Amino acid sequence: MSREVWILAEHAGGRPRKITYELLGKARALAEALGSRVTAVALGSGVGALAADLGAHGADRVLLGDAPALGQYTADAYTAALAPLVAAERPFLLLIGSTASGRDLAPRLAARLGAGIVTDCAAVDLDGEDVVATRPVMTRKALARVAFQADVLRIAVVLPHIFPPAAEDRARSYETVPVPVPVERGAARARVVDVTPVARESVPLTEADIIVSGGRGLRGPENFALLHRLADALGAAVGSSRPPVDSGWVPHDYEIGQTGKTVNPQLYIACGISGAPQHLAGMSGARCIVAINRDPQAPIFQVATYGIAGDLFQILPLLTEEVRRLKAAQQG
Amino acid sequence: MHVVVCVKQVPDTEAPIRIRPDGQGVDESGLTFVMNYYDEHAVEEAIRIKERAGGTVTLIAAGPARAAEALRAGLAMGADQAIHIQDPALDGLDHLALARVLTAAIASVPYDLVLCGKLATDDNAAVIGPALAEFLDLPQATAVTRLELGDGTATAHREVEGGVEVLEISLPAVVTVERNINEPRYPSLPGIMRAKRTPITVKTIADLGVDLGGSGAARVRLLGLAPPPARPPGRMLEGEPAEVVRELVRLLREEARVL
Ligand SMILES: Cc1cc2nc3c(=O)[nH]c(=O)nc-3n(C[C@H](O)[C@H](O)[C@H](O)COP(=O)(O)OP(=O)(O)OC[C@H]3O[C@@H](n4cnc5c(N)ncnc54)[C@H](O)[C@@H]3O)c2cc1C
Ligand SMILES: Nc1ncnc2c1ncn2[C@@H]1O[C@H](COP(=O)(O)O)[C@@H](O)[C@H]1O
Repeated sequence: MSREVWILAEHAGGRPRKITYELLGKARALAEALGSRVTAVALGSGVGALAADLGAHGADRVLLGDAPALGQYTADAYTAALAPLVAAERPFLLLIGSTASGRDLAPRLAARLGAGIVTDCAAVDLDGEDVVATRPVMTRKALARVAFQADVLRIAVVLPHIFPPAAEDRARSYETVPVPVPVERGAARARVVDVTPVARESVPLTEADIIVSGGRGLRGPENFALLHRLADALGAAVGSSRPPVDSGWVPHDYEIGQTGKTVNPQLYIACGISGAPQHLAGMSGARCIVAINRDPQAPIFQVATYGIAGDLFQILPLLTEEVRRLKAAQQG
Repeated sequence: MHVVVCVKQVPDTEAPIRIRPDGQGVDESGLTFVMNYYDEHAVEEAIRIKERAGGTVTLIAAGPARAAEALRAGLAMGADQAIHIQDPALDGLDHLALARVLTAAIASVPYDLVLCGKLATDDNAAVIGPALAEFLDLPQATAVTRLELGDGTATAHREVEGGVEVLEISLPAVVTVERNINEPRYPSLPGIMRAKRTPITVKTIADLGVDLGGSGAARVRLLGLAPPPARPPGRMLEGEPAEVVRELVRLLREEARVL
């Protein structure tokens, strides 16, 4: 087994995704503690240009699997490409982002390699020679600390927006190594036939520093405009509790909570949300929580950093104005 | 179309939990257990497929004696038969070893499609589905929001970052389901009566002919569960709305430093 820390680079539109920089940041810290180096694996079609970004953000070596067959992610194609690389060099640890494709790929890869896998990691640390991960379980009512056995291949799937991204240094040196992409018999059995972009005016929820979220207290789809206006002023993403999704006011990908997304923003502004445990499951990891609710007894206030007991229809426009004023002052 | 659904029994997410003093699990006394939320959607999808295309729905659960209740609940919804893997050795298995055991159980019945939940709400792993696909050597589609079956193929919709992916897979396949794929039915009274009469096949790991050998040793181990860190006490802001809003923005900027 080598001492290297590997990351799987996720990318879109020819650039690494934000999660990739976060993985590189974590990998650098671990590799420095281990006295080893960081290898980034980039798979795709026409991905050669990624190497410069990955190198500048902490990769010492970039393994490039460049083939038309990898142009679109499928579990079959990516497992076939990645498994032999990992099996041949046996890195100390492989980090994969907890994204739609990362969650799809990592367990399959672990099953093929007989690797230890820990998903949903909110922390990954060295404890002597052990790798210890912390992950929320039981709808965030508990944190589990788990350790990989010493002699296994380790795959950690890490939550987005938790680890600070690696710093950029365009002068760093790194090597690029093209790797063979096996011809893959699975191509016939799984094929992406279409990807329909979902119109979202803002940053993806799981990557957002600030989230403005609305619940049943919004009363109807039209009132989400109030949230979008505040979100625009803040540069935030808009999310929701479950009732607005179930009522069809907003699409399913807005939902935050046990059956929706888990988010870790710096700031979460909950408007007209009561604070049910299933909602808290998705957002109580936010660093700062603001709750706006006209019921002073609402449970959301128990997790709120700042609470306003008041009518959101009155508060939100005022808040949007105040934020705009602040932003204008900050600009000027 | 023969559909196998893997169902897990988990603590009801509504209930508060008490972490055991040894940190190795939760205190089960007084705790209500239910079928994993996403698995209800998987059972519903399987029954809808049977209603449209004929065939059978087989449920498989691995777990202690109480897990039979989750199987009964699925039978009451309309599944045809159920296999309960019950073995003291289940306790020490990691997800991949458990997937080996489930694989053997699935292989013991006819199947064109294996359905799982997107994840189990107790351990949040989302590992079993893709692991089954690997061990059964099948294509996979995870966190599926819509599933259409064709002739020897299936079309699955999945939410990906910034879009919806449409994936075509050949059958048999393993599919894990997202909650908005359907609305699970409530069991009917006749369904509940029938479920009570339907025998559940109980099997041990040895019955399934699985020899976990070296691969039975857990590759990851739980060091302990702890409650999440308490949030520092918050503050209610009081006064006229305009005043409160000004104070909030000031605090966000100067105290919380998030603006
Ligand atoms: C298995 C399961 C999974 C679930 N998963 C999720 C999940 O992932 N995410 C989720 O959010 N929920 C989930 N739920 C639902 C959850 O239990 C709650 O029902 C839900 O979170 C409540 O949403 P809410 O706070 O928007 O609505 P309510 O609980 O109805 O609260 C609305 C709030 O708005 C306030 N309000 C009303 N008008 C105003 C106004 N003018 N100004 C200010 N405040 C106002 C009210 O005081 C109230 O507190 C799940 C439930 C189950 C059973
Ligand atoms: N003990 C079990 N018995 C049967 N199915 C299971 C079991 N554990 C997990 N599964 C299935 O795998 C899915 C994902 O579980 P997990 O990988 O543990 O998050 C669940 O929704 C079930 O469909």
